[in-house]
Amino acid sequence: MRPEIASIRIEPSRGWVSLQLREIWEYRELLYFLIWRDMKVRYKQTILGGAWAIIQPFFTMVVFSLFFGKLAKVPSDGIPYPIFSFTALVPWSFFANGLNQASNSLVGNSNLITKVYFPRMCMPIASIIGGIIDFALAFSVLIGMVLYYGIIPSGHIIWIPFFLMLAFSTSLGASLWLSALYVKFHDVRHIIPFLTQIWLFATPIAYPSSLLKEPWFTIYGINPMTGVVEGFRWALLGTDTAPGPIIIVSSLVALGLLLSGAFYFRRMEKTFADVV
Amino acid sequence: MSDIAIHVQDLSKQYQIGAHLKKQNFREALKDSFKKPIRRVARFFRRPTMNESEEAQMIWALKEVCFQIKHGDRLGIIGRNGSGKSTLLKILSRITLPTSGFAEIHGRVRSLLEVGTGFHAELTGRENIYLNGAILGMKKAEIRKKFDEIVAFSEVEKFIDTPVKHYSSGMYLRMAFAVAAHLESEILIVDEILAVGDGRFQRKCLNKMQEVGNEGRTVLFVSHSMPAVTRLCNRALLLDEGRLVGEGPAHEMVRTYSSGGLNYLSAERVWQNPQKRPGGEVAQLRAVRVKKEDGQIGDMVDINKSIEIEMEYDVLKPGYILLPHYHLLNEEGILVFKALDVDPDWRKRSRPGGRFTSSVLIPANLLQEGLYSVKAALITIDPMIIQFYEPDAVAFQVIDNNDGDSARGDYAGNIEGVVRPLLKWTTSFSPDRQHLSK
Repeated sequence: MRPEIASIRIEPSRGWVSLQLREIWEYRELLYFLIWRDMKVRYKQTILGGAWAIIQPFFTMVVFSLFFGKLAKVPSDGIPYPIFSFTALVPWSFFANGLNQASNSLVGNSNLITKVYFPRMCMPIASIIGGIIDFALAFSVLIGMVLYYGIIPSGHIIWIPFFLMLAFSTSLGASLWLSALYVKFHDVRHIIPFLTQIWLFATPIAYPSSLLKEPWFTIYGINPMTGVVEGFRWALLGTDTAPGPIIIVSSLVALGLLLSGAFYFRRMEKTFADVV
Repeated sequence: MSDIAIHVQDLSKQYQIGAHLKKQNFREALKDSFKKPIRRVARFFRRPTMNESEEAQMIWALKEVCFQIKHGDRLGIIGRNGSGKSTLLKILSRITLPTSGFAEIHGRVRSLLEVGTGFHAELTGRENIYLNGAILGMKKAEIRKKFDEIVAFSEVEKFIDTPVKHYSSGMYLRMAFAVAAHLESEILIVDEILAVGDGRFQRKCLNKMQEVGNEGRTVLFVSHSMPAVTRLCNRALLLDEGRLVGEGPAHEMVRTYSSGGLNYLSAERVWQNPQKRPGGEVAQLRAVRVKKEDGQIGDMVDINKSIEIEMEYDVLKPGYILLPHYHLLNEEGILVFKALDVDPDWRKRSRPGGRFTSSVLIPANLLQEGLYSVKAALITIDPMIIQFYEPDAVAFQVIDNNDGDSARGDYAGNIEGVVRPLLKWTTSFSPDRQHLSK
């Protein structure tokens, strides 16, 4: 006997539809396996393997220190330039890699999308969560460097998960928009490298946000990554960038980006299998 | 509790075929690549109108399809390429949404539109079983429980920890099917997967599918292999250009489909109009018929029954020695045999004018299951002249009801071969063990 029969009704949907977050929860095992697959595959057939998660931000830091720190003499809020920029580059890498992979996730997995049903949102979500391991590796190096420079992080360090969540939401929100657009407009593939580069310089990574004066400083918070980067510096290095109005602006923007992205994604979802 | 598993009402799906499908040469492509973005961007800001038909041509992949499936039904979906079979499965699998109409599904659905969906070449067999299982909707615990069974079915035990990129294509397919074969659900949707692998493996898959059907689960099965459909399914839908054109017992639908595909076939063909009869001044063909053992005209013949094929013709000019004969072709177009008239009464005897009927009896348990088309011809010898030749005279289907009396015995799977004669078997047996040592 069938104890209970799950019934579904398949019919055309029009306009805006609900987010169906509960369904994503029901598919959490698939989410887990997708993340697990990405992890397993990412560093297969590479010599350095997981070390790439560290090398990437580390060498960017070296280059930044050389050109911005030494040559251009960019101020760094009285903190040694290498640790100043590396503290920002670690969350930035998490954000940018996640954005890049999640935006490509639908088109890259088109074979799955045209053959199996699952909540499509699992795809970008899995891509970004998959970056957390890379982040953890880079973060442990960051902690090592902080201690090497003789900085003892204060109790503010407990705020790190919050800033990480903020980076996660921003990355996912932007990816939901971009991945859904990418399915229909392959132009997105050419836009993503641009976007991340411009976003990199629009975020106080190579320079401190203290270069900006109010009210521009708060307006600058429209870029949620500003809140993330300055939050990391405050929590780890004790810079004078305690979360103020800027973090509220950043959080609201990140939340708005996430919600609008999720609704747009759900709206476009029904056409994915037909156009991808 | 209703016993309906799937209820489909007025289901339609429209696809847009863009102008990009148009063939163009390099210069046009180059010109387009500059002009198109401007037009596209311009259009992006306007509301699209249906008038832009040069860009957007719409086709109905599925049009107002209605049907119901009961729990435990094994439903075959047949039709030509592009008839909407795959679109229907995609909608029922929730991969794409219909344009209008709806489908209600009562029960857990698992669908298998491709073997090895989501397999990753870099991962090992073991890892891919878990990944593929999860993608097909299995829970981790469920996969773990069935893992050994899956590996045994796939016959790749030795290579289970080798990345699948080193697998042969056969191993890859076996592993992929093995995972799929162990899906547990009330409703299983399967698309054309039996077309893969070697003959032995196809048989194994078919047997497994039959097992699934016998467990009382609901199966929807798309295939181009008509014997597979008649064997696996009790009912079938026939689609043509997106419309449902037939619904009923599987073998009837297969017959309808096959005759539709060959566009005239039936058990009887009569040329009423003397002007149109095949033939010339010596003889003219009037009719060709397929008769079952009971003498009835019919195109569905039990494999355990004999078949009679008769041709009726008028001899207009007496004094010729005539040789009627038939060619029998199977559904793959292979000539199974030619049958030449050896009736002693008329052999080497010139025939008077009048109406003749020449029949040939094909014994029971000689032909393989499947569809046959018959060519009917009449020649005179010395000199050899073809008096008439009708290449597509009649067609019939041989079916095996699996009642155990045929050459298949108790075996339920696919039996290949051009013919399937029921042969005499004898077994000798000696219980004396010492006999072996001698």
